Amino acid sequence: MIEVRGLTKRYGDKIAVDNLTFGIEPGKVTGFLGPNGAGKTTTMRCILGLDYPNEGTVSVDGKPYPELAYPMREVGALLEAKAVHGGRSAYNNLLCLAQTNSLPRRRVSEVLELVGLTEVAKKRSKGFSLGMSQRLGIAATLLGDPKVLMFDEPVNGLDPEGILWIRNLMKALAAEGRTVFVSSHLMSEMEHTADHLIVIGRGKLIADCTMKEFVARASGASVRVRTPSADQLVQAVSAKGATAGVDDDGSIEVRGMTIEQIGDLAFSEGIRLHELATVRASLEEAFMELTADSVEYRADVPGQSASTTIGSGV
Amino acid sequence: MATTTTADVRLSALPPATGRAGMRGVMASEFTKLRSVRSTYWTIAALFIVSVGLAAAIAAGAAGQLHSNPANKAGFDATLISLIILFYLGQLIIAVLGAMAITSEYSTGMIRTSLTAMPRRGTVYLSKLLVFTGVALVISLVTSFIAFFVGQAVLSGTGVSASLFHSVTIPANAIQNGPNAPVTFQGTDVISPGTVLTAVIGIALFVTAAAVIAFGLGAIIRHTAGAIASAVGLLFVLPIIIQFLPNDWRWDIMRFFPDAAGRVFSVTVGPANQHLWSAWPQFLVTVVWALVLVGVGGYLFRKRDA
Repeated sequence: MIEVRGLTKRYGDKIAVDNLTFGIEPGKVTGFLGPNGAGKTTTMRCILGLDYPNEGTVSVDGKPYPELAYPMREVGALLEAKAVHGGRSAYNNLLCLAQTNSLPRRRVSEVLELVGLTEVAKKRSKGFSLGMSQRLGIAATLLGDPKVLMFDEPVNGLDPEGILWIRNLMKALAAEGRTVFVSSHLMSEMEHTADHLIVIGRGKLIADCTMKEFVARASGASVRVRTPSADQLVQAVSAKGATAGVDDDGSIEVRGMTIEQIGDLAFSEGIRLHELATVRASLEEAFMELTADSVEYRADVPGQSASTTIGSGV
Repeated sequence: MATTTTADVRLSALPPATGRAGMRGVMASEFTKLRSVRSTYWTIAALFIVSVGLAAAIAAGAAGQLHSNPANKAGFDATLISLIILFYLGQLIIAVLGAMAITSEYSTGMIRTSLTAMPRRGTVYLSKLLVFTGVALVISLVTSFIAFFVGQAVLSGTGVSASLFHSVTIPANAIQNGPNAPVTFQGTDVISPGTVLTAVIGIALFVTAAAVIAFGLGAIIRHTAGAIASAVGLLFVLPIIIQFLPNDWRWDIMRFFPDAAGRVFSVTVGPANQHLWSAWPQFLVTVVWALVLVGVGGYLFRKRDA
């Protein structure tokens, strides 16, 4: 439905999106993930024709977005909740958008009702909280009853209630068979909502897979073992070709063997075990690992190779 | 705010789409945008109060002067007196409206929302331009006529006030031998209602064109302060600077500036300014400025990233 082919966008010398190709399939929630500055917003802006790509093409239903007969009936997009004239009332803000696509006036009241802003419809949006602005922006996306919805970091800065509301809304929209394309820099945000993931870093595609594939990739990476005979166990697993490392707390992390193999091995070698457990990397960790090389700005800690992404909010 | 945590996405069905979203809806949208923000009303109020209020004040001052010094009645241009504030200051106030019609979209970020809803930029720009020009023209015409009528009402006792309905004859020259000698007048000037109507409508057209010039600058510069400053510079400051240029060639430059039309339109008495073209050719210069700036603005509006 949405096709991005070889998309490249530069701002001056800086490449924001680098030869990006992916497709968004209808009727699914597709998560668009990447660290801050990965090019998610730029990609969305190019899809909507707000920015012109330097190379590549973008199409919605086989056409460039600006050529759609009634763009708001095809795509509802919310990139920035505060990108409205603050002096205009919520109602008039939606009305002037609805009029561009010849949508009936009653839709304005309906979508305001839907997002719970009816009481403040006549109020100027200048005084709205971020949560209210976000609701207003989402109301605008629903005006044209679109097949595709695009949200850029919709939960950024929202309180837990707002986050829950948006999550439920996205699920409800997808349940109606709409395509939902939503970006985030937080994997945890996608965990419960997305069917499909597109992960980018530094403008390049890192992963384009289903949520299930991503989960499979992320889990079962290592086994934690606790034993009084640490040296003996390390030697035993090393002899089987696995790698083992001793952590600060004395537990051993084994990679390359399953939990069953290690248990059987310990039994046959007569090693007493106090703990034997699979370590499941969280999706967040898997995502961080995947994008570790493509984080744009990092805070390096002297003497340590590990680095932390500022604002990753884990 | 309602605390809805479960979203029920059920809305009434839309009528089936036929054809393509076009100018008509976008123009309605642009009119909604213009009428739904307070700054529009504040600017119109400022234009009206300044242009009409100051015109009345100047007319009152002139009436007093004509009473104490009747010699000034010779060649007195009552139309000019009532329109000069609209011409000099009104054009700057409406320029603010013109610039903001487009720069407010950028300063608030609304442009991204507008162009997401209607990505055909040529349609958006042209609709915005047509709606704004129409609104500016109506406001300018109303202000111009009211400023004229109020000014003439104040001058009504002087015998030299102008009229849109009948010809007015005023003395051409005054002769006064000595400070206390009686004033005698020589010759007459006849001011036809047509001349006055041309001035009143011409100034309104000129002020509208000035607003469109500011609109074009707004589309090019995309910042409110920058666009207003450059409009004021072009319409007000540059002409003043040109005044200080050598007399023998400054007019040759002046006639190519957009404000020259205002100078020609507002004068209804006496010989025409030899150095400027007559009213309509001179107005064409203003229109060309407006078209070029709006054209460049439109080109950039379509070509640049929003």
